[in-house]
Amino acid sequence: MSREEAENGRDNMEIDGCEPQTPQGNAVLDANFLKIYYGKLFPHEDIFKWMSYGNDGKHPGCDQSYFGRREFSFTLENDIYLRYQSFNSLSELEKSINEKCPVKIDVGPVYNVDPAKRNAYAKAGDNGFTPVERELIFDLDINDYNDVRYCCSGNDVCLDCWSLMTAAIKVIDTALRDDFGFDHILWVYSGRRGVHCWVCDRKARRLNNEQRAAIAGYLHVYKGNEYGHKKVSLTGPLHPFLARSYNEVLKDIFEERLLCGQKLFSSEERFEKILEMIPDESITSELRGKWLESRQSSRLKEDINVVRWGQLKHILQSRKHKGLHRCVEEIVFCYAYPRLDMEVSKHMNHLLKAPFCVHPKTGRVCVPIDPNHCEEFDPTTVPTLSKLLGELNVGGLSAVGDDGLYGTSLGRSIRYFRSHFLQPLLKSCKEEIESSYNAKLRESKNSLRW
Amino acid sequence: MEVVGSHRRIPAAAHVVPTLPLYRSAPELEVRLEDFELFAIYRLRVLKGISDGLSRGKTPDDMKKLVEDLLRENMSHPQASEDSNKDIISHFVLRLVYCRTEELRKWFLSMETTLFRYRFQLQSAEVQRAVIAENDLPCKAVSNAEFENVKEKLHQVSRHIGQSIPTADMIFYKVPFEEVPELVASRRVFILKGYAYVATNQVSSHVVTQFRSYLSKALVLTSRKWTSTIKEREKDRLTPIVEALSTSYLGPDYSQPREFADISLKDIDQVAKSSFPLCMRHLFDKLREDHHLKHGGRMQLGLFLKGVGLKLDDALAFWKAEFSHKVGAERFDKEYAYGIRHNYGKEGKRTDYTPYSCQKIISSTPGVGDHHGCPFRHFSEENLRAAIGKMGVGNRAMEDVIDKVRNRHYQLACTLTFEAVHGSSCDAGINHPNQYFIDSQKILQKGASQEQTGTKGDGTHTGLPALHQSKV
Repeated sequence: MSREEAENGRDNMEIDGCEPQTPQGNAVLDANFLKIYYGKLFPHEDIFKWMSYGNDGKHPGCDQSYFGRREFSFTLENDIYLRYQSFNSLSELEKSINEKCPVKIDVGPVYNVDPAKRNAYAKAGDNGFTPVERELIFDLDINDYNDVRYCCSGNDVCLDCWSLMTAAIKVIDTALRDDFGFDHILWVYSGRRGVHCWVCDRKARRLNNEQRAAIAGYLHVYKGNEYGHKKVSLTGPLHPFLARSYNEVLKDIFEERLLCGQKLFSSEERFEKILEMIPDESITSELRGKWLESRQSSRLKEDINVVRWGQLKHILQSRKHKGLHRCVEEIVFCYAYPRLDMEVSKHMNHLLKAPFCVHPKTGRVCVPIDPNHCEEFDPTTVPTLSKLLGELNVGGLSAVGDDGLYGTSLGRSIRYFRSHFLQPLLKSCKEEIESSYNAKLRESKNSLRW
Repeated sequence: MEVVGSHRRIPAAAHVVPTLPLYRSAPELEVRLEDFELFAIYRLRVLKGISDGLSRGKTPDDMKKLVEDLLRENMSHPQASEDSNKDIISHFVLRLVYCRTEELRKWFLSMETTLFRYRFQLQSAEVQRAVIAENDLPCKAVSNAEFENVKEKLHQVSRHIGQSIPTADMIFYKVPFEEVPELVASRRVFILKGYAYVATNQVSSHVVTQFRSYLSKALVLTSRKWTSTIKEREKDRLTPIVEALSTSYLGPDYSQPREFADISLKDIDQVAKSSFPLCMRHLFDKLREDHHLKHGGRMQLGLFLKGVGLKLDDALAFWKAEFSHKVGAERFDKEYAYGIRHNYGKEGKRTDYTPYSCQKIISSTPGVGDHHGCPFRHFSEENLRAAIGKMGVGNRAMEDVIDKVRNRHYQLACTLTFEAVHGSSCDAGINHPNQYFIDSQKILQKGASQEQTGTKGDGTHTGLPALHQSKV
């Protein structure tokens, strides 16, 4: 996104007099604003269509109870947390959201029975109340990269460190599609400093916990914490998945965005952290000597980070030291490889915030991110609640567009959601329902004949 | 399977199956009541040995050796023809024993699966093929044309896992990736569009997965049968044996505080310093320092404190006091209090959760910003030395501890640390953080009472015999 647009975004917020990040982190969600948002803009029907996975149709193979077995949970303004909400129809869902006006909506699994009636079934003993389907989900938070980002701290995020999220989206999205063969994947901005991923293929929804853990394990490279051992250790030649991630994404992001964006070699403290990862004393002291000296000498034209990275690579790659040829890659992986919150992905019953919620602290809407153009995504220019309401005021409620979005800047996100995610998903859901229904029919015919 | 009284019967010897049993159905055998219990105890020794091996982080090769030894020691029968029956009977008895709660099922499933995996690997290629044939594998061999297409990638994977380069005459199977989760999780296979390319020598993973999923389902069914009929019908005969077997070997679960109930808030710092194991002390210190712990840390420390005897109200006050500094009291009430009440069985499923054992803690995988896990396993040597130095472990003892850690005997390292800190031996070894706590408190209280009655020892090497007579 261009600089001009970014500035416009900021201007709008000021005009509204509702700067999202107040110093004390006070809630910026005015309940009345939120009510209007849910009433006029929140895409209830799209969410309902999505979570129904074609079962809301007329086909005899549709499971009419499907949507009603899904757990939703609401966080209300006065810190009340309502779990196990369920709805049998679009109008029930819409009515409840509009009435309760939750500051956050979480989506849980589809259970074997209606979660509202769970107590009656829980007593029935084993498997009385148990999750049966759940999207495969991933949660990435820029907080987990705090030891390798120097531009921001805490909850803040800027375009420089956001490139870490861009790298994560590219690496994981490609693996999910090319390696695991999934098609229906939705990436969503979490509203503040991270991204969520929803894998919605039928096969993904039916994975058991062990299979989920296996996928998470496949994608998991970065290990340990500040107390532990080496964080990334690569042995032998890289697995094709890691080699592809390195060659197609990580190397470029590291050299083009992180190296200078995070000024990784600009101070002694920073380059020492990188030198720590090289197990050969003679090399580290040679580089350290060179860099401490060059600090005093005159400034080079070229960026100091680029120069030092070049020197490091040269020395590591030119020497035929055993066990050092993975070192350059290890450094890149350590600084740029996605860091997943494993627990979220491993279990079926983890809750995840619904897309199109408004983040209570930033006022930003959790909009989808197109993985094919994720480098263009800028978290600082995402539509905010106050911006949207401003646009509603200007446009007037009468000027309803044909998509019912009143021409707001949310329109683009919703159109993307429909055309790139929802429509292809529903098409394959319909095919699956029909083919499994036909298969069942054939089976029952055969059994009759016998 | 029928169980007969102690009068001797000749067992049906025709059922000798030479290959690895898959335990698909209970055998039509009559079993003497003594054997029913005895065989089960032998098998439990094997499973417990496996559990110990896993918690020491043994390598697959060491595990294979361990399983082989355990089987030889425990599972052979004076009459060789009876080996297989002993195997099958003991498995089905333990199924009954361990089907009854989620926690028991999980443990049994995990240990039996591990046992099966290594037993499978110990078999000859011929037997392996026979076992594979018994399973219906939904996989097909990769054709030559397809092999050429992915040859490069398969080479890469082989080199990655340190195996010889595959050739065209090597058979690869194309398997849905869900069928081989272990191979996927450790990136030991090439995956393309949802299919894993599994080499012949990797097929065991697939067989093991099937074994596991079958056993998992069977355990749930057995559990239903147990509660609906068997428990009542056998209440004078099998039920007491079955109930005794599960507790006798797994040890207490420490979900309810025992001897030293009720730790009050004002004592907690003192007690943490004197009696918490390193893993809990680290979490405790980090909580005091950062006023925050991530989920894994909250679970590990929170459940431990529950086991130690911190009441729910005190626990809420304790966590709130710390978290308020960082996130504010309001956010604590909203986001974190639920989890604490949940641990005490006051929310959600209302299960009274049990504190984590060493095995669980050692096998956890702490990530960035996490402080849970076992420091003996997850700390670098440098950090570990600093941490146990702070606990007061002297130089000589420290080298012993580090030596154990290098050999991946994490629980032994913890035991040595306990002994160095308390100046007193701990023959039972440390298996559970709450056991560490209880043992520590016993020693300290004993020391205190000796001081009061004037029989004060020098506090380092006294009072051992008496201590070991008291039941731990």
